[in-house]
Amino acid sequence: MRLTQGTFSYLPDLTDGQIRAQVEHCLRNGWAISIEHTDDPHPRNTYWEMLGQPMFDLADAATAMAALDDARRAYPDHYIKLNAFDSTRGVESVRLSFIVNRPANEPGFTLERAEGPGRVIRYTTRSYATDRPPGERYR
Amino acid sequence: MSDPVAPAADQAAPLAASERYRAGVLKYARMGYWQPDYVPADTDLLALFRITPQEGVDPIEAAAAVAGESSTATWTVVWTDRLTASEAYRAKAYRLEPVPGASDQWFAYIAYDIDLFEPGSIANLTSSIIGNVFGFKPLAALRLEDMRLPAAYVKTFDGPPAGIVVERERLDKFGRPLLGATVKPKLGLSGRNYGRVVYEALRGGLDFTKDDENVNSQPFMHWRDRFLYCMEAVNRAQAATGEIKGTYLNVSAATMEDMYERAEFAKELGSVIVMIDLVIGYTAIQSMSRWARRNDVILHLHRAGHSTYTRQKNHGISFRVICKWMRLAGVDHIHAGTVVGKLEGDPSSVQGYYDVLREPRNEVDPGRGLYFEQDWVGTRKVMPVASGGIHAGQMHQLLGYLGEDVVLQFGGGTIGHPMGIAAGATANRVALEALVLARNEGRDMWADGPRILADAARDCPPLRAALDTWGDVTFDYASTDSLDLATTATST
Repeated sequence: MRLTQGTFSYLPDLTDGQIRAQVEHCLRNGWAISIEHTDDPHPRNTYWEMLGQPMFDLADAATAMAALDDARRAYPDHYIKLNAFDSTRGVESVRLSFIVNRPANEPGFTLERAEGPGRVIRYTTRSYATDRPPGERYR
Repeated sequence: MSDPVAPAADQAAPLAASERYRAGVLKYARMGYWQPDYVPADTDLLALFRITPQEGVDPIEAAAAVAGESSTATWTVVWTDRLTASEAYRAKAYRLEPVPGASDQWFAYIAYDIDLFEPGSIANLTSSIIGNVFGFKPLAALRLEDMRLPAAYVKTFDGPPAGIVVERERLDKFGRPLLGATVKPKLGLSGRNYGRVVYEALRGGLDFTKDDENVNSQPFMHWRDRFLYCMEAVNRAQAATGEIKGTYLNVSAATMEDMYERAEFAKELGSVIVMIDLVIGYTAIQSMSRWARRNDVILHLHRAGHSTYTRQKNHGISFRVICKWMRLAGVDHIHAGTVVGKLEGDPSSVQGYYDVLREPRNEVDPGRGLYFEQDWVGTRKVMPVASGGIHAGQMHQLLGYLGEDVVLQFGGGTIGHPMGIAAGATANRVALEALVLARNEGRDMWADGPRILADAARDCPPLRAALDTWGDVTFDYASTDSLDLATTATST
């Protein structure tokens, strides 16, 4: 399967040139870039691991691209996403978030059903990868 | 810009109390409902009406009558006015100007004291502003064009339970419009077959599917059955994509008790969103908003019925006013037009509706039908929904006109895809992501949109098929509710 979280997951994987263009768009808007990674891509895993703090005072895209290179070297088999944060009053949230690295093999999720009375089913989405402990997933 | 009507001396002069309260009938203008020198207070509610007086009725008297009949007046003088601070409670028509190009119509600006209204109640607000006055005989027609709701009054409403920002955070979807589809055919599918459409559309790439406004609990599909099958579909699609999915389960019903029961069941099944129709009424909408807030469920509003009173420009209510009321009442989504689709909507007017729903404050912009400043003082933003006769080939226009914070709903444009429902969904998602990517790169979407779509279609046969099937379909008709651009902005 292909995890389709993030703004551009239905497109072919972005090239570094395309990623850089998006970073430049974010900087033009005054948004802070941050990089996060995980080996637990559950759709409700809100808190991926932060790689440093958001880059609030970035002068150009090169620094963000270098940080992305570091992240890929450190976590080649993890999902890595690039977020842009907008601190404008009334937004104060993420404005763009897209995956920039994914494991070679994405086993996906299983859906577990617990049947209850009245045909009601309790659903649990479980990632196959998280059957193994952190550090041993996506190997 | 039109000049306001100058006050005639005999209509403006204040009467001595002994004259004013002599038993009998007085003109509304003479009763104090026409006050051309009145300077609205920051706490006043302001309304702009388009009035069409009956032949022979003086426009000033008609404007004063609208002020009177929507506030304290009755047809004759009553002495009991003198037991009240009646001068404060009278609404005041303070400005009148001819509608450009319509010799029988006038724009009347009316100010209302804030204490005329119960805090936090759309029912109370509307019972005055659009109450008896719309049937008043001396008027041939009457339309409420816009309102300014003062900050002190706005703050008495809870507003949207989630709003745009929180909805995006809950769904973990940023940087692009959301995509939806209304299940078709809207009537007749069994619960099991209905859920199939939901599953295919969601796993293909849509974020949401939606019940139509008239899908409630009919012989062919009872609500409970629909909810169960739909949630199976939502959860299956969620597991297939690793992405949060939703389906607007329509809980509209005959009674509040039924609606609460259906909403509770939707929540129990884990639905992130429920849906109501505008026809359930303002009080029911506010009750469901309170329920949604208490239960952390997103509230979608379908504007079923609005065209009966929003479409004709000489009578009824402008949809921009409905948008203002619904932002106060507290819905998270509202259908607000597509510009390019099959349903009524002048482009500038529609952009005005979107501004009302999404901006922290609105400046005066007659070019978009915004006649007053409106400060939303922290009220959350409503996500507009564009639905009806739109397809992937229009994606650049939709993104250009409507921006990013919108749900684009492709019903036929997903389900009618020649390669199947999931392929239709994928076509829409790929078209959207390709255009957002290109827009962010600084490309001109208006000029390059078709090229960007064609390029994206090279990697995506479903998009190619969608463009081949619907590329040329447009709904190009004149709008009945166009703007009268020459209208003067108010000074407040």
